[in-house]
Amino acid sequence: MTAYLVRRVGTSIVVVFGVSIFVFLLLHIVYPSPAIDVLGVRATPPAIKAWNRVHGFDRPWLVQYWSYIVGVLHGNLGKSYKVNQSVAALFEERWARSLYLSGISLVFAVVIAIPLGIYQAVRRNTVGDNVVTALAFVTYAMPVFFLALILIQVFALSIPIFSFEASQSTNLLVVIGDWHAMTLPIATLTLISVAGYSRYMRSTAMDALAQDYIKAARAKGLPERLVLWRHLLRNACLPMVTLIGLSIPILLAGNLITEQVFNYQGLGLLFFTSLSNVDYPVLLAYTLVGATLTVVGNLIADIALTVADPRIRLA
Amino acid sequence: MTQVARPLSPLDITRAPEGGEVGPIQSGWRLAVREFAQNRLALIGLAILLFFVIFCFLGPLVYHGNVISSNLLATNLPPVAGHPLGTTDLGFDELGLLMKGGQAALEVGFAAAVIGIVIGAIYGAVAGLVGGFIDSVMMRIVDVFLSVPFLFVVLIIAVRYGASVLGLSVIIGAYFWLVPARLVRGEVLTLRERDFVSAARIAGASRVRLIARHLIPNALGVMIVNVTFNVADAILTVAALGYLGYGLHYPNQDWGDMLSNGIGYMQDGYWWLVYPVGACIVLVVMACNLIGDALRDSFDVRLRRR
Repeated sequence: MTAYLVRRVGTSIVVVFGVSIFVFLLLHIVYPSPAIDVLGVRATPPAIKAWNRVHGFDRPWLVQYWSYIVGVLHGNLGKSYKVNQSVAALFEERWARSLYLSGISLVFAVVIAIPLGIYQAVRRNTVGDNVVTALAFVTYAMPVFFLALILIQVFALSIPIFSFEASQSTNLLVVIGDWHAMTLPIATLTLISVAGYSRYMRSTAMDALAQDYIKAARAKGLPERLVLWRHLLRNACLPMVTLIGLSIPILLAGNLITEQVFNYQGLGLLFFTSLSNVDYPVLLAYTLVGATLTVVGNLIADIALTVADPRIRLA
Repeated sequence: MTQVARPLSPLDITRAPEGGEVGPIQSGWRLAVREFAQNRLALIGLAILLFFVIFCFLGPLVYHGNVISSNLLATNLPPVAGHPLGTTDLGFDELGLLMKGGQAALEVGFAAAVIGIVIGAIYGAVAGLVGGFIDSVMMRIVDVFLSVPFLFVVLIIAVRYGASVLGLSVIIGAYFWLVPARLVRGEVLTLRERDFVSAARIAGASRVRLIARHLIPNALGVMIVNVTFNVADAILTVAALGYLGYGLHYPNQDWGDMLSNGIGYMQDGYWWLVYPVGACIVLVVMACNLIGDALRDSFDVRLRRR
């Protein structure tokens, strides 16, 4: 198992390295230098050239990449010339809010999807199963923003229980306490994830139900409740671990759109405003962070699965 | 049975085999098609998709809604005679826009999926066939691309270079080869040990011929399933881009853009600007997913009912 873990971690490091090159190169091609932002649109070519030379943007891209990566490893994610602030400071203001939104939605999604999937597998092809499957199919096909709009129409405009705008507070505790403003964004992200997870859970639970150990548990007279809780749940949850690890890019994209719809001041909204501001250092840093999170998420999921599942550990 | 039974020799080919009549052995493809045709949801999905293809591409030939010039005397009309789905804030005809937007969505969806599958199939087949160090390098490259959040990259490129039907197809397609590459490689790894591949190799088939004539045709099932899901994903991506304001521009139309335009009028209750277009996106994407699910079931021999 140690050999496997070492190999797995090694691959991840290589992939993160590759990711950083890809993202840096992409943004370097799209946007070679922020000189225009600093000097203004009327800057003369010689002035731009001089600025590039002073700030090192005339060096070969590989050299620029290297100095950028050395900076990142020291916690310096670059500087946003548009808002004249370091990218790290911009992230620091917002990351906790995004983490809260994604984290709590993910937790809700898992807590709802697992029992739902098991219910569907146990009661397969009944009316209840079909209704849930139909709902999941529709939600799964729904763009995040359309789901958010329907929720806003129903729960903020027609029946004004919740706010159509997320909490604007900079204090995370206030944000967490503000259920009036936070329910709809959280519900949006949760529902989108539940749609995918519950369908997956239903099929893994159905696979697990057909296994011999379930038959054995039933044959020895174990009450059905215990069969489900003790034997089915644990085994059917294993593939979910991988799925959650794989869903980080989807979460990030969902965050981007949800934060934009509800005007929630998180990293996704920062990315969106940076797009229209042509603020490439922020785009570069966030894409890099997102990609690294994805690699790390997959790695953690794999390791967690190895720890949880003795069949993999011993293999 | 009035006929007198005559003694049968073991080699008598007129004898019915034990266990009843056996029809001619059907090819995997025909079995898959039959299985697919028996799946009610799949047929519904296929019908929805066909409806939208006809609606978007043939509809404008029959129904001439105003989608070209703004008409400030007819803005934000609810559904009335002449405008079955009302008009937008610029006086465009909503039903006409739906058709136009659907064309772009379907075009980008299919083009991106096809580009993705072609690149992915070749890449995966080469990696699987060559194997060894080159294979692992090629697969790490796939890992790298898969790790970078897709929507971010598409947004960055679309913002910088603008979005067109062809451009979006290429950008999205350039991302949609990754999963097919993994799938095809997996198929090739099992296929290349089979006797028919060895036979072809002994017969002197080149690598290109092996890939084109033996490996890719046998991995087609997996690929077709993936294409349908990719069409759905591409349509959702285009809608998301349009919604965020970086999608296709006039005179092209974009369902996501139409939706985001309608949001401004939600408090005024202009439902015709939001729900018809939202329903179109959901229906098309759902149709693709239904077809994909059914195809997966019909190509998967283990799940096939006998």
